[in-house]
Amino acid sequence: MSDFTFTIDEIEIPAKEGQTIMEAADAAGVYIPRLCDHEGLRHQGGCRVCTVKAAGRSVSACTQPAEPGLAVENETPHINKLRRDLVEMLFHEGNHLCPICEASGNCELQAMAYRLDMTEPTRFPYLEPCRPVDASHPDIALDTNRCISCGRCIRASQDVDQKGVFGYVGRGIHRHVAANGPDLAHTDAEITDFAISDEVCPVGCIIRKRVGFVTPIGEREFDKGLIGRKISEKRNA
Amino acid sequence: MTAGETAGAPASGYQDQVAQICDSYDNDPHRMLDILRDVQDRFRWIARETMQTVAEKTGLTQIAVEGVASFYAFLSLAPKGRITIRLCDDIVDQFAGLPEVTESFEKALGIGIGETTSDGGFSLEYTPCIGMCDQAPAAMINDVIVTNLTPEKTRALVAALKSGKRPEDLISPDFDDLTPHQRAVTMVENNIRHAGAVLLGPAAPDAGLKNALDLTPSRIIKELEDSGLRGCGGAGFPTGRKWRFAAETEAERRFVICNADEGEPGTFKDRVLLTERPHLLIEGMTIAARAVGAREGLLYLRGEYIYLRDLLEEVLADRRARGLLGDGIMGVDGFDFDIRLQLGAGAYICGEEGALISSCEGLPGEPKTRPPFPVTRGYLGFPTVVNNVETLCHAARILDRGSKWFFDMGTEGSHGTKLFSVSGDCLNPGIYELPYGLSLKELLEMAGGEDAAAVLVGGPSGAMIARDTFDRKLTFDDLATGGAITVFSKDRNVLEIVEYYMSFFVHESCGYCTPCRVGNVLLQKAVAKFREGLANPEDIAYLKDLSGTIIETSRCGLGMTSPNPILSTLENFPLVYSAMAKPSKDRIRDTFDIQSAIDGARKLAKRRSYVFDRDFSQ
Ligand SMILES: Cc1cc2nc3c(=O)[nH]c(=O)nc-3n(C[C@H](O)[C@H](O)[C@H](O)COP(=O)(O)O)c2cc1C
Ligand code: SF4
Ligand code: FES
Repeated sequence: MSDFTFTIDEIEIPAKEGQTIMEAADAAGVYIPRLCDHEGLRHQGGCRVCTVKAAGRSVSACTQPAEPGLAVENETPHINKLRRDLVEMLFHEGNHLCPICEASGNCELQAMAYRLDMTEPTRFPYLEPCRPVDASHPDIALDTNRCISCGRCIRASQDVDQKGVFGYVGRGIHRHVAANGPDLAHTDAEITDFAISDEVCPVGCIIRKRVGFVTPIGEREFDKGLIGRKISEKRNA
Repeated sequence: MTAGETAGAPASGYQDQVAQICDSYDNDPHRMLDILRDVQDRFRWIARETMQTVAEKTGLTQIAVEGVASFYAFLSLAPKGRITIRLCDDIVDQFAGLPEVTESFEKALGIGIGETTSDGGFSLEYTPCIGMCDQAPAAMINDVIVTNLTPEKTRALVAALKSGKRPEDLISPDFDDLTPHQRAVTMVENNIRHAGAVLLGPAAPDAGLKNALDLTPSRIIKELEDSGLRGCGGAGFPTGRKWRFAAETEAERRFVICNADEGEPGTFKDRVLLTERPHLLIEGMTIAARAVGAREGLLYLRGEYIYLRDLLEEVLADRRARGLLGDGIMGVDGFDFDIRLQLGAGAYICGEEGALISSCEGLPGEPKTRPPFPVTRGYLGFPTVVNNVETLCHAARILDRGSKWFFDMGTEGSHGTKLFSVSGDCLNPGIYELPYGLSLKELLEMAGGEDAAAVLVGGPSGAMIARDTFDRKLTFDDLATGGAITVFSKDRNVLEIVEYYMSFFVHESCGYCTPCRVGNVLLQKAVAKFREGLANPEDIAYLKDLSGTIIETSRCGLGMTSPNPILSTLENFPLVYSAMAKPSKDRIRDTFDIQSAIDGARKLAKRRSYVFDRDFSQ
């Protein structure tokens, strides 16, 4: 039972007290683009890709509470342009070389670029980070040059695995994900952790060794269709 | 020899010392910033081994400790010298002779910026605005402030330090015999140029608090609402309304926090209030506590103002001794309130109220998700009032003299007086307390800055104003400002100023959200292109467009205002940009620099280009 309704792009959305705009939208089968938010994890509100206009103000849909009668704009040309800028920024902040990345086709950043029609050459300079790859762990490798600071691994490890394998260090442009110790081999990370599972890291930063390319390019999640389709299909069904 | 005396791995026995530090804060993870500050002071860095001990003692993971240690500029993950010299590199200091002062420090110490001498004696670094723009160039030498630096003065300072003198001895040979207030004013001039009726004029001690005790909490808040007082920290939120929200939230505990982070470049008014009106400030906090029902308070003092710590601790102790803090304040049964001083550690973002609360909780200084707002869920999840130093001082005076007295000063919508911190190219830099409603021109005349070509109102997150609009009024509705008025003469390069402030925001972004973390770097690079003469006319549209995205999608006020130096100069000094942009002619892009374009590839390939390298024989 819903407590009240509000609208997203004029579609009526039922919501419960305490739900965020995104939670209510997901339940109603309306997809709001996102990168740092993930079902079952605490909200971070950091990537800003879920920016929507609510009552004329730009807010992050993953953290903003739904309110009765709120009029939310989601897929407008203006908002999608902001989102495209943000996705471009993430591409330029890290080293995202899709043709040689194991995550290609399963990568949410790449898929979001397709969804947002990021087809023209980008305007920004590349920042080209140069952090060492951590391949110390027998089953897991970590390449933070591809990290988009979604923090999903941090929250998954803390809240689901009850471990705390990952955390943020540094500030500003130097802020990045790091392992709890000198390297991953010195943590209690295991390949069976939820934080290491293929659904948590949206890009190719956390890499599971020896299973690369098991699913060939062309048959991967976003080779089959747009990111977000599973949520929108709920509504169409 | 303690570990602190060797610059290297911590010596054996460090665990006991670290454990002792943690014990002194009851191993409370919320005191992480204090713990790490103490570890830094003792060992001069925070080594991985010490983080491990801190983590074990406080029950956190090592990565959580490292997250805090790596966030704050005054905490260091590599060994620092026994004496750390932090030169304020604000643009005002740069124009006041910082380059020569830097060179003189570097020569005298034999190291460059960012380096430590091989004997572990000295570290030299740059730090953003330390709140001394009225006496620039200035620096921190450990916990001591030195101002009005010149190359000669610098050489003498280093010689004295090298001969074994403590930084304190540089201030006065009798430093230890001075009172905390004497020490503060010996180090730093107040430069009060104009005292107004509310804050810097004469006032009866604790008269406001006495009156408050005769009123119900709701009546105290009503008094503030009627006065028209709005926050002086920059956002201008009505203070009475803020207090009422906190008072009306059901909760077991409530907090009052004073924001003395004063990080906006060009602002130094809170420094003067903390020095000259500390009792008035604590009186204001105590009144706030009475109004909202708080028993606990925090005074968040920026790390740069550590030289005021003893002064403030003395004031707190004095008030406890006189029954003005503690249990049963002024003999009123059940009116219990006390204040803890929380030091920051070099992070501008900690002035943002959510980040300030995070910092008080021992976390990295990251803003909190809003809603909930601090008045409903703040420090440790309890309703919290966060107010600027000046706001709290005003509140105490309003309770003394009444809301009407305050309301009648100033203009419609901007009542009472405001402290302005004037610095830069003017004859009389310092503090001016004036009623709201004066024009910028009138203030410039008072300060001897009428020849200004550009004035930055409200610091880099405010706006850069050109001569033709100096008649604009200093009010919330026209030129709103937390109080910074930075004056630039016609000899200054506007683009140099803009580029500096963008590098400031890059340095100070917390990094939590994409647009501010990445976007500001892109903006800084784009401004640099203009300065180097490598910009095209299209780059003007690019600057506006990128700024728009950052402002609209950022998570907190830092990113929502960081493009302002660019946007306000594009609007008010458009020629500065267009003069530097070169249009492409006949399919040739003058601004395209093949050398820098292929430089990355050249480095990767580890060889030079036969075609494009001008002189391959080099
Ligand atoms: C990046 C940033 C820095 C800030 N720095 C300060 C500061 O140094 N001092 C301050 O009082 N307020 C600062 N603020 C404003 C605070 O968030 C908050 O609005 C203020 O402390 C509330 O007090 P007031 O209502 O008394 O002004 C800052 C805000 C932002 C976004
Ligand atoms: S705008 Fe974002 S990155 Fe910038 S300081 Fe605020 S939260 Fe941090
Ligand atoms: S999904 Fe909302 S900010 Fe990332």
